[in-house]
Amino acid sequence: MSNATVAVPSDDKRWKLVNATMRRNGFRPDALIETLHTIQESFGYLDDKALTYVSEALGVSPSQVYGVATFYHFFNLKPKGKHVCSVCTGTACYIKGSGALLEKIEEKYGIKAGGTTADSSLSLLTVRCVGACGLAPAVVIDSEVSGNQTIESTLSKLEEVLKS
Amino acid sequence: MIPQEELAKIASAEKEKQSKFEYQIRVCMAAGCLSQHKDQIKLALEAAVKEQGLEDTVKVKGVGCMGLCAQGPLVSVEPGNILYEKVSPADAAEIVAGLDKKPVERLRCDNQQPFFTRQVRVVLENSGVIDPENIEEYITADGYEALGQALTEMSPAQVIDEIVASGLRGRGGGGYPTGLKWSTVAKAISDRKYVVCNADEGDPGAFMDRSVLESDPHRVLEGMAIAGYAIGANMGYVYCRAEYPLAIERLKQAIRQAKRLHLLGESIFGTGFNFDVEIRLGAGAFVCGEETALMASIEGRRGSPRPRPPYPSDHGLWGEPTLINNVETYANVAPIIRNGGAWFAGIGTESSKGTKVFALAGQIKNTGLIEVPMGTTLREIVEEIGGGTTTEAGFKAVQTGGPSGGCIPEKHLDTPVDYASLAKLGSIMGSGGMIVMDHTSSMVDVARYFMEFCMSESCGKCIPCRVGTAQMYNLLTKIAKGNGTIRDLELLEQLCDLVRSTSLCGLGQSAPNPVLSTLRYFREEYLAKLVDTTSPNGKTAPDGHAS
Repeated sequence: MSNATVAVPSDDKRWKLVNATMRRNGFRPDALIETLHTIQESFGYLDDKALTYVSEALGVSPSQVYGVATFYHFFNLKPKGKHVCSVCTGTACYIKGSGALLEKIEEKYGIKAGGTTADSSLSLLTVRCVGACGLAPAVVIDSEVSGNQTIESTLSKLEEVLKS
Repeated sequence: MIPQEELAKIASAEKEKQSKFEYQIRVCMAAGCLSQHKDQIKLALEAAVKEQGLEDTVKVKGVGCMGLCAQGPLVSVEPGNILYEKVSPADAAEIVAGLDKKPVERLRCDNQQPFFTRQVRVVLENSGVIDPENIEEYITADGYEALGQALTEMSPAQVIDEIVASGLRGRGGGGYPTGLKWSTVAKAISDRKYVVCNADEGDPGAFMDRSVLESDPHRVLEGMAIAGYAIGANMGYVYCRAEYPLAIERLKQAIRQAKRLHLLGESIFGTGFNFDVEIRLGAGAFVCGEETALMASIEGRRGSPRPRPPYPSDHGLWGEPTLINNVETYANVAPIIRNGGAWFAGIGTESSKGTKVFALAGQIKNTGLIEVPMGTTLREIVEEIGGGTTTEAGFKAVQTGGPSGGCIPEKHLDTPVDYASLAKLGSIMGSGGMIVMDHTSSMVDVARYFMEFCMSESCGKCIPCRVGTAQMYNLLTKIAKGNGTIRDLELLEQLCDLVRSTSLCGLGQSAPNPVLSTLRYFREEYLAKLVDTTSPNGKTAPDGHAS
């Protein structure tokens, strides 16, 4: 069923990266998760158009593609804000107060974990564990890990990032 | 040309290259320290070396994890065995200037403290010593020698015998005898077999596998290739969490380098044995640490576990016989082949051989990564190596095994760390996360935290886990908020039993463990939160046990 001749959704060059991933895996159905990773890396999230395209190109049913995309926490089906702040909620971070940290950020920016501010400037996420347990609590702002966080240090870093 | 000579040639060329340097300055480039300084310290040191005109005699290199994350960023100087802590780029000039004079005292980290001297390093022998991005350095440290030895001097059966003799058991948590697993897959008859490395380190609070992959990726590849030879597989997959970008990057690079030197790929060492490794990324699903779910995920599907049997050893990836071991298990293979199974069996206890890597975190002074012989007591780990708790509140419990494990109180700290002893305490060895809690932590909250984790990580396939974890979470929330009754506590205990006995996979079967272990050792905390401790039939339970 799978074939390499399905038309890409647009002439956006990023689809070339997506196609490269599928080609590397011989357009086999088991390339699904790898392909979704490439799409998210290139476009930031997975929209219906992208999911439909992958479904056709790999010969996997749309329901299975949607099932996989929603099963794994790592995949986002909605666009993220300009900046992303992820609070680690691993056990070490939890013991060292990541809960209170998260609450303060939620309070200050008026969003809940998983949400994005109305002006799309900031998305707030939680992550299960970034493996920086020795430096708990850890926060990841725009893919940069900061350890030994306090409420003050995180809030001021966020302010700085949002200004830029 | 025989492999040993080939390797020796690479090693001696690398040694010669390094011997022209009088000093080596090693900078920790693992994720922990790196998060504090990016690559600024290394760059600053290189600039200082250049500025002081020492490029020909001083080598600055990035290395893997040195262990003591709490004092990072760490930098070491050889020769001299000098360790510096909390280094900043501004210290670079002073460190370089002090090389042949006096070390910089204000930055000195005591590397004769128990944290370092009590460790025995097998898995982490190269960690913090070699440059993980340079295959030549790994070869200089006897890397790929075991693979050469296995391929040219040993039959697959002899390799398995050596692993059996070592007594190595699975380091991912289950503790299944590795040699037995290998021989089962070796006996399966099929043209295609697979070797899978489980690097989906999902336990929150554990970072052993991340550190091993970041600090010494070739060791894992070598272990997988030896396993492939032993069981008759030509293809391996590393299933790694997407949350570990640096580990993935280093692993990818290591695979490229190994292929370049024909240590992976076709006809390794000219023996006709082919072995290739590919990386598959996880996507944030804890359940994918379970082997059948992991295989479903490699096949591009939802990570839902399936009943066993059939076990992966006869019906695994794409229906073919498959060997699945964890990162740390593979990391033990090369030294076992190099030094012999008997050597490995000489470390540890009667039933648990070798060493175990633990990630120390939480309210403990020396947070970081350690490796100790099996049989070391929890007290030695927490108090001597870990330096005790950081806070005045004092030690309350140590949590091992993550969401599948339990909390161990002070009175059991003299228990030796081995598979059986930890199970007896209602916890598990797990993959090696060890989280210390002080008296400010409420055990009811801790149990609720883990239950929330299991509830949202449940794949939803079987009802006991999907519904049971949600109901247990609701009960724990009710109790934590002070609205619970003795009836709720009884119901919680019934549910623990039910979910444990009837769930499909390890996630559900072990989800009650944090509740059961905190109830076992800290029952009074639950009782103190109940609205009334009167049981429905009117009898009170003053002894703290529901009547």
